[in-house]
Amino acid sequence: MNMILPKNYHRPNGRLFKSLADSLHLYRQYFAIQLKSTMQYKTSFFLTALGQFLVSFNVFLGMYFMFRRFQNVKGYGYGEVLLCCGILLMEFSLAETFARGFDQFSSLIGNGVFDRIMVRPRSSVLQVLGQRIEFTRLGRMVQAMVIFVYSLSVGTVAWSFSKVMVLIFMILGGTALFSGIFLVYAVICFFTLEGLEFMNVLTDGAREYGKYPFDIYGKKILLFATFVVPYACVQYYPLLFVLGRGKWWYGLLPGAGAAFLLPCYLLWRVGVRHYKSTGS
Amino acid sequence: MKKYLSFFRLRFNTGLQYRAAALAGIVTQFFWGIMEILTFRAFYESDSASFPMTLQATSSYIWMQQAFLALFMAWFMEGELFESIKNGNISYELCRPLGIYNMWFSRSLATRLSRAVLRCFPIILAAVFIPAPYGLSAPAGPACFLLFLITLALGLLNVTAFCMIIYMLSFFTISPDGIRMTALSMVEFFQGAIIPLPFFPDTVRTVMELLPFAAMQNVALRVYSGDLTGVPLQKAVLLQLFWLCAMLACGKALEHRAMKKIVVQGG
Repeated sequence: MNMILPKNYHRPNGRLFKSLADSLHLYRQYFAIQLKSTMQYKTSFFLTALGQFLVSFNVFLGMYFMFRRFQNVKGYGYGEVLLCCGILLMEFSLAETFARGFDQFSSLIGNGVFDRIMVRPRSSVLQVLGQRIEFTRLGRMVQAMVIFVYSLSVGTVAWSFSKVMVLIFMILGGTALFSGIFLVYAVICFFTLEGLEFMNVLTDGAREYGKYPFDIYGKKILLFATFVVPYACVQYYPLLFVLGRGKWWYGLLPGAGAAFLLPCYLLWRVGVRHYKSTGS
Repeated sequence: MKKYLSFFRLRFNTGLQYRAAALAGIVTQFFWGIMEILTFRAFYESDSASFPMTLQATSSYIWMQQAFLALFMAWFMEGELFESIKNGNISYELCRPLGIYNMWFSRSLATRLSRAVLRCFPIILAAVFIPAPYGLSAPAGPACFLLFLITLALGLLNVTAFCMIIYMLSFFTISPDGIRMTALSMVEFFQGAIIPLPFFPDTVRTVMELLPFAAMQNVALRVYSGDLTGVPLQKAVLLQLFWLCAMLACGKALEHRAMKKIVVQGG
């Protein structure tokens, strides 16, 4: 899609704040144009969003029926697991909505859009983000909210100001983490020119199995989810804090999700340097 | 019949060419299998008395499900066919002296089979070497294995017949996405892909086992793991045959109606 530059477009003049405001402005333009283009096909939008909702509804139904049979899993009750699932689904669907450009990056390389991105005097990450904002994924977001609200009615969490803050922190950190994984996915495309299906394990797999706190899968998985890809830092540890079982500093761990973006960004830089146009 | 067979062979051979994709699929499915089993293990360790199957049977169920994923996942539908209805390429297909239904049926069957053939053996082989309650156990006997193969084939036919109904329905709607997604997520849930049917409460389960969706993967996978034997098994196979005939008839009737009123709008 052609990028439409705002009328008051001017080059960033080097001052950090100014360029940040500038990027924000540009992103707002992208956002508006994407929203407008999605809304041209309203029926299709609502149907796809509904489809997303239904697909995630299965996740909820599966959990519902498992907990009709079992009282708890490794000490987590129904409400607690729902809370975990709702938060993770929210994180994932937010990342999927906004970082979709990276998820479909192979097509940007294949059809030469990335060549055009490279010649523009703006950040490539920002431009790729703006290429695609997948509003239909908000169907999943709605599902996540429903599960979350429902978990509040079932759960026994004594909410306090700090817990709400940790919750928001979790959502931000998780969104950053999943966006980071999408970014890595895009970096791989620089080398292979197409997406690699096994990366789904890190995105869809984490969404699917992150509905339960990561410690139920055993020590090894928890270690992986702590130190390799820090899923547990946006899910298991802060969740323990919210449930009133963890230490206070567990609430700070979602920061690791945001920190995960840094190595991903460095990889991206390496990838961009390796980029060869496909010529189309 | 011969032309459909050769069409089937053609698609089957084409499908076998996608080996790199299959390798990636195998890695993914192997991982999903492990995570799925770890999930059920967690429930088993929390409350083994409420577990409706043995842990070993559940593991076998999951490994076989992953190995034959391509046969049963309703969402493995061919976008090309939906596209051809949408963009008018369907007219080329209509020019051929073949029935659309039969041609697409053999095509879907071939695609699913070729995918499964490429993927199932490495997964099965790896799963056999995983230690006892978490790996794939041998079937109860040769008779059990034969029954597994028969019900597997019937299940595949049921899935394909169901997908054909969706293809045929998209002749009647401009945008097939709505029907497709609703139907597919329903199939996913009711055929026991999310959690195996024995894990549902008894009343819900009795109803679910009568639905056409239960005729898909549920029967074969439970026959293999030894969870389904005797009279319930006979009933399940009869239901499989019944739903297969019903869905074939329904799909054929839809084809008949669609072909009568089809309008290709230029393009």
